[in-house]
Amino acid sequence: MDDDDFVPISALQHYLYCPRQCALIHVEQVWAESVHTAQGRVLHERADRPRSAKRRGVRTVTAMPLAHAELRIRGIADVVEFHATAQGERAVPVEYKRGRPKTHRADEVQLCAQALCLEAMLGHTIPLGDLFYGETHRRVEVAFDDELRQLTYGTVTAVREMIAARLTPKAVYQARKCDACSLIDLCQPRVVGRHRCVSTWLAQQLHEA
Amino acid sequence: MRRQLNTLYVTTDGAWLRKDGENIVMDVEGETRARLPMHMLQGLVCYGRVMASPALLGHCAEHGITVSFLTPNGRFLARMEGPVSGNVLLRRQQYRCTDDPVQCAAVVQHLLAGKFFNQRAVIGRALRDHSEKLAPEDDAALTHAYQRLSRIGDKVLGELSLDVLRGLEGEAAQAYFGVFDHLIRVDNPVLRFKGRSRRPPLDAVNALLSFLYTLVTHDCRSALETAGLDPAVGFLHRDRPGRPSLALDLLEEFRPLMADRLALSLINRRQLSERDFKVMDSGAVLLKEDSRKNVLVAYQERKREELRHAFIEEKVEIGLIPFIQAQLLARHLRGDLDAYPPFLWK
Repeated sequence: MDDDDFVPISALQHYLYCPRQCALIHVEQVWAESVHTAQGRVLHERADRPRSAKRRGVRTVTAMPLAHAELRIRGIADVVEFHATAQGERAVPVEYKRGRPKTHRADEVQLCAQALCLEAMLGHTIPLGDLFYGETHRRVEVAFDDELRQLTYGTVTAVREMIAARLTPKAVYQARKCDACSLIDLCQPRVVGRHRCVSTWLAQQLHEA
Repeated sequence: MRRQLNTLYVTTDGAWLRKDGENIVMDVEGETRARLPMHMLQGLVCYGRVMASPALLGHCAEHGITVSFLTPNGRFLARMEGPVSGNVLLRRQQYRCTDDPVQCAAVVQHLLAGKFFNQRAVIGRALRDHSEKLAPEDDAALTHAYQRLSRIGDKVLGELSLDVLRGLEGEAAQAYFGVFDHLIRVDNPVLRFKGRSRRPPLDAVNALLSFLYTLVTHDCRSALETAGLDPAVGFLHRDRPGRPSLALDLLEEFRPLMADRLALSLINRRQLSERDFKVMDSGAVLLKEDSRKNVLVAYQERKREELRHAFIEEKVEIGLIPFIQAQLLARHLRGDLDAYPPFLWK
């Protein structure tokens, strides 16, 4: 079995935000460094903070490695809470986001993928998870319904195909997304879009002077 | 774009560099001489007998600070870098493209078009700023070289043979360096330019140029590695073991602005004088150790200056331009741009 074709769960979220961003990070990789280190650092700062392992019937595990052998996805959950119930412990994945709730479903898909892994690993269904948004300081409950599960499966397939093809989609500048993207300076959507033909540009420049 | 941070050049013989928290500390003979926060740094360059502690090297590797070791004269010895670069797909594309004569020539055309344009710009500046002070024959020679570079620049874009392209580069170098001495406005025979010489440089101007070229090459190399390209496999410069051919390719566009122009201003503004150079018995001329520091400071300051990048149409610090160009080359190789847009100094 080849371990390398596991899709990182974070890639699903990147893909739904922007397929090119996903390719820059997961296909070209050379620029994943800044994003990953930043993410890792934030994650560590939180994971390193002492927190009680158990309180009021909730056991909390941070930085928990997850994988789904059939879907071939893997990742690390920020936090998994285990709630004590009459039937035993029930897992609830919790993902921390710096920003605020979004109009797209990338965060939900990421959480859902974590839930799918937990289901496969623990052997019980996980109906709900939480997204915690730093900006609003609110938890948003996410129901893992059929629609979200289908969207997650579909995204896994799309990402796997893109990574296998090793192609980076062309840049399309969209102010709302691009201006908020940390990779904008590496992706250069405006520059790449502006100059359709570099030779024409160069010839013009040389003769202007 | 990555933030332009400082490069720390350590030229003190016998310096011991160590990590203290988030700071880099330089000890000399057991005494602390300098202390600098490391988040300000993108590179650490050690000249000659300089040592660094394992803890410091580890921290640099983790934080993307490249560490280079050079001989006291600035010849490259070794470089340490953390696990940042290494996009195998991009590198394969680079190898395929350099192996294909047609694709390779297309990149070389643009590299050279940029180089000739920028060489011409150096002469153009002198003509514009100092025309009235120039002797008529010097003015005529400069004007002639300017026109010659324009003509060679026109030829280069249609030319697909690599040999012919290299020939044009030679012609341009002749035209440019043939009048380079006219750009020097101090009346000291020691500071005249007597034609390009290197290994060893045979006059002060060449010593200064060679030193600056090493600095720019070093920055080009970092830029390429940051973009995930292999600095050893070039388009214009062919593979030779140990030679950073692609860094030398990229250097071509920057020489006029980042080295030649800087050398001229250091001499013309009398920031360097004949006392800054020493002549060896062999006739080789070297920049003195203390003077190297002045040049390094001037180089770092020059990199902080801003100019408008003709292709990305944004104001950028000069020090970032090699990184932008490396990235544009990578974007061309990955298919985002149909050709490589050279850096044009306007």
